[in-house]
Amino acid sequence: MANIIKKGILSKGLRLPENKISESIPIRKLAIPEKVLILLQQHFGEPCNPIVARGDKVKTGQIIADSEKLFSSPLHSTISGTVTSVTKTLNPFANNIVSAVEITGDGEDNWIDLKPEPGVKNICDKLNEIYSDCLDKTQGKPLDLNESKGNSGELKNLWDMLKKAIEEIPNEELIKRIKNAGIVGLGGATFPTHVKLATTKKIDTLILNGCECEPFITADHRIMLEYGWQVLAGAYIIFKVISPEFVYIAIEDNKRDAIALFAKLIEDSGLGQKFRVVSLKSRYPMGAEKILIKNVIGKKVPVGKLPMDIGVVVNNVGTSKAVFDSLSTGTPLVEKVVTVTGDVEKPQNFLVRIGTPVKDMLSCCGELNTGKTKIIMGGPMMGNAIADLSFPITKAVSCILLKHFENIQEGNCIRCGRCVNICPMNLMPLIYAAYAKNSKYEVLPDYHINTCIECGSCAYVCPAGIPIVAYIKTAKSVLVGYGK
Amino acid sequence: MENKKHNNEQEIKNKDAKNVAFNNINNSDINISSENKKMDISSDDKKTDKISESKKTEKPNKSSFIGKEALLISHSPHIWSGFSTSKIMYIFLISLIFPTASAIYFFGLKALWIIIASTASAVLTEFIIKKARKKKFVMDGSAMITGLLLALTLPPRTPIWMVVIGSVFSIAIAKEAFGGIGYNIFNPALAGRAFIAICFPVEMTSWYLPWDFSVDAVTSATPLSESFVQEGSKAALYKDMFFGNIGGSIGETSAFLLLLAFVFLVIFKIIDWKVPLIYIGTVAIFSLIWKEDVLFQVLAGGLIFGAIFMATDYVTTPVTSLGRAIFALGCGLITFVIRKFGAMPEGVCFSILIMNGFTPLIDRYVLPKPFGFIKEKSKAKAKS
Ligand code: SF4
Ligand code: SF4
Repeated sequence: MANIIKKGILSKGLRLPENKISESIPIRKLAIPEKVLILLQQHFGEPCNPIVARGDKVKTGQIIADSEKLFSSPLHSTISGTVTSVTKTLNPFANNIVSAVEITGDGEDNWIDLKPEPGVKNICDKLNEIYSDCLDKTQGKPLDLNESKGNSGELKNLWDMLKKAIEEIPNEELIKRIKNAGIVGLGGATFPTHVKLATTKKIDTLILNGCECEPFITADHRIMLEYGWQVLAGAYIIFKVISPEFVYIAIEDNKRDAIALFAKLIEDSGLGQKFRVVSLKSRYPMGAEKILIKNVIGKKVPVGKLPMDIGVVVNNVGTSKAVFDSLSTGTPLVEKVVTVTGDVEKPQNFLVRIGTPVKDMLSCCGELNTGKTKIIMGGPMMGNAIADLSFPITKAVSCILLKHFENIQEGNCIRCGRCVNICPMNLMPLIYAAYAKNSKYEVLPDYHINTCIECGSCAYVCPAGIPIVAYIKTAKSVLVGYGK
Repeated sequence: MENKKHNNEQEIKNKDAKNVAFNNINNSDINISSENKKMDISSDDKKTDKISESKKTEKPNKSSFIGKEALLISHSPHIWSGFSTSKIMYIFLISLIFPTASAIYFFGLKALWIIIASTASAVLTEFIIKKARKKKFVMDGSAMITGLLLALTLPPRTPIWMVVIGSVFSIAIAKEAFGGIGYNIFNPALAGRAFIAICFPVEMTSWYLPWDFSVDAVTSATPLSESFVQEGSKAALYKDMFFGNIGGSIGETSAFLLLLAFVFLVIFKIIDWKVPLIYIGTVAIFSLIWKEDVLFQVLAGGLIFGAIFMATDYVTTPVTSLGRAIFALGCGLITFVIRKFGAMPEGVCFSILIMNGFTPLIDRYVLPKPFGFIKEKSKAKAKS
C-alpha cells in the first residue's frame, strides 16, 4: 500500500528468537485487585508527594500524589477504597527506596466524575462501533480489512469530524489534560509526555514507536491491533500540539497485521499526506529511541542530547492511546496492558490497574511451570528479576516474564570481539567488564560508559558468558556515587 | 597530611566499591528460600487482616505455587545466545580437519604421529598446569587447537620429542604463564613453533616431498627457499601448489583444502573474513609492486594457513574491525619484507608474532566512535 515505507537496517542489530507466544491472545481485563500499592515515582524525574493520608476514602481516578516540579507527573488512585498506609518500599526498577500509597479496595470501583471532551466523545462512540466490528474477538485477529462494515464515506466523515473537534481545542488545554491524566512514556522510559509536548523547539518529525523489539512481549502489538484507531487518533492529538512535518508509525515487520491495519486506518482517516507507516526489520534493539530515530529518518541523536534537540519526538503506541483516552473518555492513566508470558500454561495479555501486585496476575495464568523460575518485570533483555511477588505493576512495566533459570558459567574473555561488533551504541563492552572486575571504575567514563543503554546485546552474544551488563550497571552506580 | 587523609579515604571508598561489585556480581543469583517466601506472604496476610477483618476468609489458593519453589533473581539479560567459548573452539577444531586430512594424505603416518603427539601433549600440559595451580580444568578445546595448529606448521620429519617440546612450550610458557586463555599476548602455537625453529634450525628446515616415505629420502627445497628449482611448466607448478603436492609444513601445502576450511569458518561466523583477505591481498599487492610472481607468493609457504588460522585468533589480535584490518595489513607487510629482504625464506610465523606484540597498542588507540558522539572541537581548542 502506498502508506507503507519499507526500511533496511541502518544500525547494528541483533537477531533474537522472538518467542511471541501470546501474540494472538486478545487483551483481557483483570479483575479489580483487592489492594493496590502505588509507588510515588513512576516516571522519569521528580517523585510526587502524597496528598492523601491514611484513612482517606478515594475514588478511582482521583489524584493521590502530585508535584510542583516540571519533570513530574501526577498519580491517581486506580481503585476506589481506603488509603491504608503511606509507606516506603523498594522500587524494583531503580533499585532505590520510594514512598508508596497503599489502597485497599471496597470492591465497587467507583470512579470520579470524568470530564470527556464533549465534541470528541460522540464521534468516538460511533467510530468505536464501526471498528470493533472489524476485530475478531475470539481469535484476536483483525478481520479482512477491506471488508470493514460501514461505508467508507461515513468513516471518512466521522474521521473528519473527529479531526475538526480536536483542532478546536487549544494546545494549552490539551497539554493540561495530558498532564492531569498522568501520562508518561509507556514504553519503559516513562518520560512525562506533557514535558515532551510542551517543548518550544521546532519539531519536524513525530515517530510512534510500535516496534516492541524485545522477545516475548506482545502488549504493544495487541494495543495496535485492538485499539488501532485510538492510537492513530492519539497520534493526531500529539500531531496537533507539536505540528511536525511528518508522522511515522514505526512497526517491526514481524507484526505484518499491525502494519496492514495502520495503512488501512491512515487511508480511512484521510491522513495520508502526513502520516506514514514505516516497516522496519525486526532486529534488537530497534525500539530503543536513538536506534529507532536512526533507522526511521537516518539522523543520530548526539550523546547527551534529547531527541527533541534534533527535532524529533518519539511516543510509544500505548502512550498515544492513553492520550486519546484522556480526551475521549476523560480517564486518567490508571490501567495498562501487560503481557504475562514465558513458562506459564496460559500466556495472557491483561489490562490491569496500576499498582496490582504481580501475584494477582500470575494466579490467572493457570498452572505455572515451576522449577527454578525467575520472575522478570519487563522483557528478557532489559527486565529486572524480582524477589517478591507482591511487587506492584508500575507505569513502566509492560511484561511479566517467567523464565527458567539457567546458570551460565562465567569464563575468561577470549577477546572475540562479538560484543564490540554487536553493541548498538558502538562501545567497548569488554573493557567495561575487564575494568569493573578489577574495580578500576574511574577510567570508564573515558570509554563513554554513560552512553551505554544497557540493552543487553553484549552479554547475550558473549561466548564466555560474562555478565557484562551487570558489570556496567555496577560501574555506573559506583561512578554516580563518585559524582562522575 | 591532608593528602594522606584523602588517599586513605579514597582507599576506603575503593574497598567499598569493590565490595559493592563483589556483592552485586557474585551474589547476583540470590536464592530466596521457600521458607522466606512463605513468611513473606503470611506477614502480608497479617497486614491485611489488621486493616480489615472481613478479608480473612478471602485470599484463596492464589499463592498455590508461591512457597513451593524458590524464586531466583539475577541480572539482565535473562536469555543467552548459548554460543559458548567451547562451541566456538569445537567448530574451529572441525575446520582444522581439512588441513589435517591433507597432512595425512600427503605425508602419511609420520604426519599423523606428529599431530597426535602435539595435540596430546598440549592437552596434557594444560591439564597438569591447571591442576598444579589448583584451578578447574575445562575441556574447552583450546589446548587441542593449539596442539593441532602447531603440528600442522611443522616439517614432515620433525622428531617426536621435538614436537613435544614445542607443544609444551606453547601451552606452558606462551599461554598459561600469561594467565591462561584470554590473557596470552602471543599466539601459543606460533610461539611454540618459533621456539623450536630457533633451537633446532636444521630439523626445522629439512623439507621432504610428499609421498616420499623412504628412509634415506633426500631433503628437498620448499618453493620459497632459494635452492628451489622450478621444473616443468608454470601451470603445472601452480596446480601442484594449489592442491598441495609440494614440499612444506605438513598442513600448509594444500591451498584448496585451506580455502574450504576458510569458507566453513566464515559460514559459521567464527572468523572475520576480511582478515585473511587483507593479509593475503597485502602480500599480493606488494609482490605486484616489486614485480614478484604474485600467484607464487600467495600459494607458497604458510601464508594461506597463517592468514586463515593464525591471524584470526581472537585472543592475540585486536577486537575492533578496524583494528583487525590494521593488524592484517601489518602482517602482510612484514611477511613480504621478511620474504623479500630477510635472511629467512618464510616470514608468516614471525610477522604474526610481531603484530601480536602490537595488538595492545592497536586496541588502545583504535576505538569505535560511540553512536552520536561528536568531538567537541571548540572546547578542546579553548582548553589548549
Ligand atoms: S548493554 Fe551497553 S555496552 Fe552492551 S551492547 Fe548494549 S549499549 Fe552496548
Ligand atoms: S563477547 Fe565476551 S568474550 Fe568476546 S570480546 Fe566481548 S567480553 Fe570478551
